[in-house]
Amino acid sequence: MDAEVNRAAAETPPEPPLDPVFEIEMQLLLDAIYLKYHYDFRAYAGASLRRRLRTALERFACRTLSQLQDRLLHQPELFPPLLDYLTVQVSDLFRDPAYFRALRERVVPHLRTYPSLKVWIAGCSSGEEVYSLAILLREEGLLERTLIYATDINPQALQRAEAGVYEMDRVPGFTENHRLSGAPGSLSDYYTAAYGRALFDRSLKKHIVFCDHSLATDSVFAEVQLVSCRNVLIYFNRELQDRALGLFREALCRRGFLGIGSRESLRFSAHAEAFEEVAREDRVFRKREGA
Amino acid sequence: MNDVAFAQRRIDAVVIGASAGGIEALGLLLPALPAQLRAPVLIVQHIPRDRPSLLVDIFAPRCARPVREADDKEPVAPGTVYFAPPDYHLLVDRGPQLALSADELVHFSRPSIDVLFESAADAYGAHLLGIILSGANDDGAAGLAAVHRAGGMAVVQDPRGAQAETMPAAALQRTAAALVMSLEAIRDLLHALERDHAA
Repeated sequence: MDAEVNRAAAETPPEPPLDPVFEIEMQLLLDAIYLKYHYDFRAYAGASLRRRLRTALERFACRTLSQLQDRLLHQPELFPPLLDYLTVQVSDLFRDPAYFRALRERVVPHLRTYPSLKVWIAGCSSGEEVYSLAILLREEGLLERTLIYATDINPQALQRAEAGVYEMDRVPGFTENHRLSGAPGSLSDYYTAAYGRALFDRSLKKHIVFCDHSLATDSVFAEVQLVSCRNVLIYFNRELQDRALGLFREALCRRGFLGIGSRESLRFSAHAEAFEEVAREDRVFRKREGA
Repeated sequence: MNDVAFAQRRIDAVVIGASAGGIEALGLLLPALPAQLRAPVLIVQHIPRDRPSLLVDIFAPRCARPVREADDKEPVAPGTVYFAPPDYHLLVDRGPQLALSADELVHFSRPSIDVLFESAADAYGAHLLGIILSGANDDGAAGLAAVHRAGGMAVVQDPRGAQAETMPAAALQRTAAALVMSLEAIRDLLHALERDHAA
């Protein structure tokens, strides 16, 4: 009988024994943030959130999340830096060059057939992907007829994205990525270097609208031909992923395109059937007819 | 290793961290994993961030258990070996389920051993076995300490036998109570996991 009990125990993976007090405090803190600041992190993936909140405890010199919650509720000036902790993502220009190569080769030929284009970059953080895509579209002769919506929930990140200024020591990496993405020209055509920084071209920004938008709480605002949302869905739980993918599906025009992060997948999503693979390895999808 | 103490433990998952010299060390450990292994084995081996990883190609043909690169939101399958993909942190979430993150580098590394070990310590608590192998930086020291703090079992490859001793030495300095074992002893320990479970 003992053997049977053991076998049953081994076959049912146990629910993880997460620290119960930390879990309670985390839930209360996320509720407090939602109620006071209207940012909804309640459906974010737990593991990354736990790690970020632990780092935040050190940064804000708090012993517990309860203490952090107390300060957040009574000192609103603490919220913007915390929001940075919870959301900011540092990416590179043309991160995963193969993704941008796939867009050039597999998506751009379809985009050429539209007289005017709208592109949505969801969760643009500090803008690296926005400038990558703007440069790619300029190189392909499409930017002049394109409007790019770059959205994020963090107003500070949006300001940084809009500024389009990056440290010069990151530029060699950007340049190499850009070259590997199959670019016809040189990245240096698109920025001005000064005082150790690279300032990206104003003429790119003319085609970009930066705006505050939450995949957790807001709805669709435009019809677009391409959605690019990379390394954002990994921070969401499955329900929130489904919500976000539902927004993309709704925003996309008939047979529109969707690009996601190189390790993200639609496999576990309620919307998996609505999309077909265009470039499997590079995570480029296309909305199915009628979906 | 004290077999009696070990037999009293239920190990639900194994996490392994390795850097320089790690591939050789894993070459001794992974092919020896028993075919009936139930605990999943999650591995961060430091690799270049800018190119595809060959780890699955290297180890899958030599192992009795399935060897895969981890995907986001994938349920942790029993007895499966998962490698963290290049340029992403690998974490364990409720479920248990795998999770990836593109958060900043930790100890100049993504994937980072600390990130995996700390999240796995949250998820598996006392039922986790954490192993630090050869390496030339101190990623993993904080992670192994977290495993130990949560009541899990902390094992460090004997720095004297490791190709690069910095990483195991740093882990030992942080967690003095960790068990110091030769690679061969670690191999036998992983084998004993299944035997003691079945007993």
